[in-house]
Amino acid sequence: MSAFSITGGRVIDPKSSRDEVADVLIENGKVVDKLSEVAEPEIIDARGLLVVPGLIDLHVHLREPGREDTETVESGARAAALGGFTTIVCMPNTTPVIDSRAVLDYVLEKAALTPIDVKVVGAVTAGLAGERLADLADMTAAGAVGFSDDGRPVSDSAMMRAALEYSLALERPIISHAEDLDLSGDGVMNEGEMATRLGLAGIPAQAEAVMVARDILLAQMTGARVHITHVSTAAATELIRAAKAKGLPVTADCTPHHLVLTDEALSDYDTNFKMNPPLRSEADRQAVVEGIWDGTFDAIASDHAPHARHEKEVEFESAPFGTIGLQTTLPVILTELVDDDQRLIQAIAALTSGAAAVLGLDRGSIALGAAADVTVIDTKAKVKVDEAFFVSRSTNSAFLGRELRGAATHVIKDGKLIVREGELV
Amino acid sequence: MPLSSHDLISIADLSDGDIGSLLESVATYADVSERVIKKVPALRGRTIINLFLEPSTRTRTSFEIAGKRLSADVINISGAGSSLKKGESLKDTAKTIEAMQVDAVVVRHWAAGAAHKLAEYIEPPVINAGDGAHEHPTQALLDALTIQNRLKKISGIKVAVVGDILHSRVARSLIMLLGRLGAEVTAVAPPMWSPKGLEALGCSISYSLDDVLDSVDVVYLLRIQRERLSDHMFSEQEYARTYCLNRERLNRAKPGCLVMHPGPMNRGIEISADVADGEKSLITAQVSNGVAVRMAVFYQILGDVVS
Repeated sequence: MSAFSITGGRVIDPKSSRDEVADVLIENGKVVDKLSEVAEPEIIDARGLLVVPGLIDLHVHLREPGREDTETVESGARAAALGGFTTIVCMPNTTPVIDSRAVLDYVLEKAALTPIDVKVVGAVTAGLAGERLADLADMTAAGAVGFSDDGRPVSDSAMMRAALEYSLALERPIISHAEDLDLSGDGVMNEGEMATRLGLAGIPAQAEAVMVARDILLAQMTGARVHITHVSTAAATELIRAAKAKGLPVTADCTPHHLVLTDEALSDYDTNFKMNPPLRSEADRQAVVEGIWDGTFDAIASDHAPHARHEKEVEFESAPFGTIGLQTTLPVILTELVDDDQRLIQAIAALTSGAAAVLGLDRGSIALGAAADVTVIDTKAKVKVDEAFFVSRSTNSAFLGRELRGAATHVIKDGKLIVREGELV
Repeated sequence: MPLSSHDLISIADLSDGDIGSLLESVATYADVSERVIKKVPALRGRTIINLFLEPSTRTRTSFEIAGKRLSADVINISGAGSSLKKGESLKDTAKTIEAMQVDAVVVRHWAAGAAHKLAEYIEPPVINAGDGAHEHPTQALLDALTIQNRLKKISGIKVAVVGDILHSRVARSLIMLLGRLGAEVTAVAPPMWSPKGLEALGCSISYSLDDVLDSVDVVYLLRIQRERLSDHMFSEQEYARTYCLNRERLNRAKPGCLVMHPGPMNRGIEISADVADGEKSLITAQVSNGVAVRMAVFYQILGDVVS
């Protein structure tokens, strides 16, 4: 087993409230206080760099099985590793849907071949059709870490209630894509002045908030935990904040793009800015940012959603929703969101310990004895986001063309070096 | 004088100077249409593609006649006859057209933003003949010209634009253009059809036609698409009771109030038959001016190269 001595970096471990310049020692897959005498550690000089727990992304789409032309478990995992992630969680809206042990096993087999941890969320309803519950217990036994019909809401409230009640027995959260489809209608972007100017149908903020309110009420009713993903609006943020203040079993995440972009970005009908939920108003963006700083959001998740170029290069209203994010999350947050030390620590918590807690993952900390998932970050590294930058099979990024700062220089997963000097090992 | 913009996608593409010179030059082109031989050689040898990917008869015909009166070769490609129905993307269609060395493309498309994208894909100038609910700039120009011809001014007049503003490309272009020319525009619509942030286009908002009738110089009625009424809306009769410009309402309007409609009309829904055909109606003048305005646009976009 290899050993590492990561020396002289600024070690930030939000879970243990640690922030100091120190060495991190790794042997036998664990963080240790000293190396054994037989260890021949590789020295990683981290002076001037951050040393943090391996990043965790709670929400990605890997398109396998079914759309391997746009992403596979393997290509997504490589993109994730280069983006500083040691754990990612993939959503079940593949073809076929991950709604059975058989499909789940297939994805987990692919996952086992990658250098990182790829966790799998199973579908709440069979085929994401919203008509009957999928085999949640069977998928739990096979390793599902949560359940979601993401891409769609569980529109039927009685179905959502049943899923939440059942989840009490399974001890896995239900992850909610909160959207009232009737209110969304045929909307393709945020409802507001920009949509009016562009002549595009709007999706009101209330399409999200109405469903978040329902989910909070059902979580209160059942006592089961609901996790609201990709929150985009001030109204939903406020509802979640209030629910948490009441001690209800609700957690939530938001995305890098909703934290830094608004619907102003759509002025050229660029379909890389078309996502669901849509980029919102500046007031919504600021409210979501506030939600990160005051702890309303437990995590930041990319909602990495690869699409083929030919699918995106069509009329705006015909294009699929989604932006990729695995390789841009870290630099976007470091460049556009974090402006002081306290916020740096909070942002790292949202990408590590906060995300781990949502799914009860035994990761997200580099305290002594913890599994050695470690990411070394150069916050000053320049990142030019062009198509060549992406190792993902798709390049539909809302951040294409940007010059950002911040990159993972080294990534260690379970004590193994998987990224060295910004290159996959 | 050539336009300051390469393409005409939105009223926002036009400078104040462009708008002024377009409206001024139209008389010259209107004159051509009055002659026995309605043709001048201004654009001889130039090729214009009419790419109409949404059904339209009047706008397509208007552009076609405008091009032909300037001696351009005008080729119509319609949605049904093109490869788009076979699943070809707008980008591929655009590249195919460009490869044929055409001089300009007029595009009508069901999707907002399609004209903008087409202009990104190809080098020849693109003229937007209506894209989804976005814009229809030549319609607004011909409407402005029609008002100007009748009232001799636009600055300071009051105009009510009435109907389904939410889904109307005509309304967006018209509100922006008339606002820039100094008119006071009120968008009149049921609240559900009055989109968020509309004021930013340069108009005020009303929900009542009756409230504005006695103060406006022009009532501009938008076509009501029947399928929009089935989408969480009320009946045609309910709409007509509140928003149809009928004789009784017109009698209560400011004396001299003019009536406009971009066509095609739903008689009995947004406008009564007698008002449509009445003495206050500028509707046929709009159609005539459409050809002249499009000739002016073609010439200002293409003509400078010839001269």
